[in-house]
Amino acid sequence: MNRKGKAHKYGDNVDTDVIIPARHLNTSEPAELAAHCMEDIDAAFAGRARPGDIIAAGRNFGCGSSREHAPLAIKASGVACVVAESFARIFYRNALNIGLPILECPAAARAISSGDEVSVDFETGEIADETTGQTFKAEPFPPFMLDLIAAGGLAAYLKGRK
Amino acid sequence: MTMTQKILAAHAGKAEVRAGELVMAKLDLVLGNDITAPVAIREFPKFGRARVFAREKIALVPDHFAPNKDIKAAAQCAAMRAFAKEQGIVNYFEVGHDCGIEHALLPEKGLVTAGDLVIGADSHTCTYGALGAFAAGVGSTDMAAGMSAGEAWFRVPGALKILLTGKPGKWVCGKDAVLHLIGRIGVDGARYQSLEFAGDGVANLSMDDRFTIANMAIEAGAKNGIFPVDGQTLAYLRAHGAKRPRIYAADEDAEYARTVEIDLGALEPMVAFPHLPSNVRSVREAGGVEIDQVVIGSCTNGRISDMRMAAEVLRGRKVAGGVRAIVIPATQRIWLQSLEEGLLKVFAEAGCVVSPPTCGPCLGGHMGILAKGERCVATTNRNFVGRMGHVESEVYLASPAVAAASAIAGRIAAPGTIDGV
Repeated sequence: MNRKGKAHKYGDNVDTDVIIPARHLNTSEPAELAAHCMEDIDAAFAGRARPGDIIAAGRNFGCGSSREHAPLAIKASGVACVVAESFARIFYRNALNIGLPILECPAAARAISSGDEVSVDFETGEIADETTGQTFKAEPFPPFMLDLIAAGGLAAYLKGRK
Repeated sequence: MTMTQKILAAHAGKAEVRAGELVMAKLDLVLGNDITAPVAIREFPKFGRARVFAREKIALVPDHFAPNKDIKAAAQCAAMRAFAKEQGIVNYFEVGHDCGIEHALLPEKGLVTAGDLVIGADSHTCTYGALGAFAAGVGSTDMAAGMSAGEAWFRVPGALKILLTGKPGKWVCGKDAVLHLIGRIGVDGARYQSLEFAGDGVANLSMDDRFTIANMAIEAGAKNGIFPVDGQTLAYLRAHGAKRPRIYAADEDAEYARTVEIDLGALEPMVAFPHLPSNVRSVREAGGVEIDQVVIGSCTNGRISDMRMAAEVLRGRKVAGGVRAIVIPATQRIWLQSLEEGLLKVFAEAGCVVSPPTCGPCLGGHMGILAKGERCVATTNRNFVGRMGHVESEVYLASPAVAAASAIAGRIAAPGTIDGV
């Protein structure tokens, strides 16, 4: 699995309230959530995000609420992967459970700038910033997690194994 | 092993577990609310079972946008209500009947006991650690899987030991202790780990103080926060008709990544400035920030002792002109108890408005949304950008005593520093 797109860069402690503000939690429809994704930290994100883009961020990405709407909104925005220095625990679990790939890679997360063209290989864990020519290595996903992401999440993955 | 590790081991059928190990563990309770349960209900059929694993071990609570704030919220509550009926779920708590904010309500209903393993699709599920249970927030997919299988996988966490000594002074409570802790270790200071509270100071904290402290473990990034079981815990469990407790204690040689000592006697009233719960100062250093609104309530501080503390400050005084003070008893029972004790009258006469139980303004849902540029002192748990309304509004987190004193002063203030309090 190899994805490529433009980077959107954020800082530390990006919380789930800015990823998808609670005022929009009266729905769980992915497309509606995507229309408001990152609204309180980057109002232009929803209009700018394109399929295959990546989010690069600092420490503790996704802290705060347990709302699965947060990774759902990011995934429905077309974002192929979130690369961060670290992730908050509930977000980490939720993202993989709904099939949004996320990679912990402090060096890449720090080096990537907004607008850079970035490619990510989930099988090798290689992250390449094609704009600057730098490459980074994250811990690759084990095969079952690649299958889970390809299936679109935990529920579909478990169903497929039955 | 730590206390958390012992509970996980027991539920995984193992004699011993180690930090970092993955285990599959049996669940005593699975919780969801009107925001998270609808997503879980949508996912539930995909896990291949028609019925929930045990209809008495699921709790569904309409509290976030309930009483229904708009048509879409009404549809979400309706979806949860229909699922509860279809599945015969015993612990569904309807608005007005037996309602309340989930993390105040479940302990009150005796649904969690010491030694339990609880997951909830709400990040503040960690509140039940106050009762000596392992309780962790998860997302909706994990909730669906848990409702289906009655099990969930966990990575066994390491722990920080929070050694409490001393006795909090007048006007200092659990909220000040937990804000102080988060201020010291940061919003990711306990990421993926347990906060295990210990020390002589625990005995000087009421159960309500312990609920407040465990509730905010997530704000330090923790997987769970947990208190040792003592006489107060057992009395609470008995009084609320909880199941027989299973008492676990950390081993003498349990490993901790770090020990943080807090002298409760040395704490002052604290306030967390925007926009992180770790941005903590003492109220003395708050510089008299002027405010537009006060919210006293939430799963963090909407319990009866919080109502009493706020009323003690507000009794016979008036909320400053230009400040809206909103008081939200966390459950129907707390509301009724506040009525019987005359606290609601104190609030109303002081110029507060009293709301039915709801999470409401805490997450910017309803019942007190902030306009651009407005500032609020709230007894809630998060002060992130836009949390209570406009992206340029501000939330300051504090105890019920500080919130009440601030309401009277019209600026951030501690009791004892305002006239006559």
